[in-house]
Amino acid sequence: MLVNYPHGTVYGTLLNFRGALQALGDSVHQPPLKAPPKAPVLYIKPRNTYAADGDAVVLPRGVDALEFGASLALVIGRTACRVGEREALEYVAGYAIVNDVSVPHPSYYRPALRFKCRDGYCPIGSLVPRGAVTDPDALAIELEVDGEIVQRGHTTTLIRPVAKLLADVTEFMTLAPGDLLMIGVPAGAPRLRAGQRATIRIEQVGELRNHVVDEGPS
Amino acid sequence: MKRARVAYAGAVHDAVPHRDGLQLADGRVLAEEAVVWLPPVAPLGTILALGLNYADHVKELAKELTTGAKDEPLVFLKGPNTLIGHRGQTRRPRGASFMHYECELAVVIGRTAKNVRRADAMAHVGGYTVANDYAIRDYLENYYRPNLRVKNRDGCTALGPWLVDATDVPDPGALELTTHVNGELVQRGNTRDLVTGIAELIEYLSSFMTLSPGDIILTGTPEGVKDVQPGDEVVCAIEGLGRLVNTIVADDAFGR
Repeated sequence: MLVNYPHGTVYGTLLNFRGALQALGDSVHQPPLKAPPKAPVLYIKPRNTYAADGDAVVLPRGVDALEFGASLALVIGRTACRVGEREALEYVAGYAIVNDVSVPHPSYYRPALRFKCRDGYCPIGSLVPRGAVTDPDALAIELEVDGEIVQRGHTTTLIRPVAKLLADVTEFMTLAPGDLLMIGVPAGAPRLRAGQRATIRIEQVGELRNHVVDEGPS
Repeated sequence: MKRARVAYAGAVHDAVPHRDGLQLADGRVLAEEAVVWLPPVAPLGTILALGLNYADHVKELAKELTTGAKDEPLVFLKGPNTLIGHRGQTRRPRGASFMHYECELAVVIGRTAKNVRRADAMAHVGGYTVANDYAIRDYLENYYRPNLRVKNRDGCTALGPWLVDATDVPDPGALELTTHVNGELVQRGNTRDLVTGIAELIEYLSSFMTLSPGDIILTGTPEGVKDVQPGDEVVCAIEGLGRLVNTIVADDAFGR
């Protein structure tokens, strides 16, 4: 297992778990969304958000709780441009757990920088080499808060399995060695208040631990 | 001072303007066409971009907007895969019906900014350059709109030619922007019409995220966006900063 590896751009994928999309119900057909997503919906976690295992995540003043988003991330091993589904996994150097932290926000219509791109809102776990994972589309994900498992997911329920996601993303944008592509967050991402501690566990990949702290007085 | 990064004769060089084109740090004077121009910002940080930041452009797009007045700046992020330099090529995918340029003032952060007040914000700007941030509207979807398939395509954000020191741009809030396609003026605006100005943007962004040297803020585009086709030469210019040339090419060049 490698620790503290340098990495490139971190991309997230929105609504790639069937349960997460279903949770939106009929709202995907109503304005402003109007239709379910067609292409992968991606976002970027910029460099100011990067954090590590064990780091505290800051709850801004005026916010009750933060959403912790447990995601498997693909760590790209070589330049991936228009990769086919069949050979897609050859472009993956390994896997990591990413905690995609957000201030809960009511709408997916507009980019959510103020909610998703605050300093320290993207803890990233250790890199596990590709060979350590038997099948990235068959991994159990669980999120524990203060000793109790509050969310379970499984990558068998991805709308776009890993190879299909890589193929569809690299059709229009090239991923570089070291880039991370999160495959999505399962339905039911929990909210944590200040003082609460979470452990994200992904089968064969490991654990990522973070906790929430108050911002303190201004 | 104006600085560029170019590739020439097997290496990457810093360069400055010269009456015959440009001069490399090692003394060589070259014509503009003799070098490969790279994006002038290195090392590169986060790339932030503004949507709907000129009132006239908002009006131009009003027909297709599904919500009305906005209550805060519309900001999105771009990856390094999107950047190309001056005199680069940008691909127009076969089957696209509306691909347009966007001439934008690019603000490059020079000093770390965290919780900066508007009155102090300009001290955190290191320099400015010209950006042409293409969009292909066919791919718009209403999730984190404008979505990455529209705005984060390979080679769809031209930047350059020069990084101009902030001290050489006395009033970045009054710069004329123009775009010419094949010599015809198609877009004209002035940074005085920015809905959210540079200092206000730095105040807003730094209130929740730390901005660091090498971060770039593309401040949005004025009205006048039109479809471009393979072979078109698109020139975006900003008063005092330079003219950024880009050529549209078809899928064939990419083996598609």
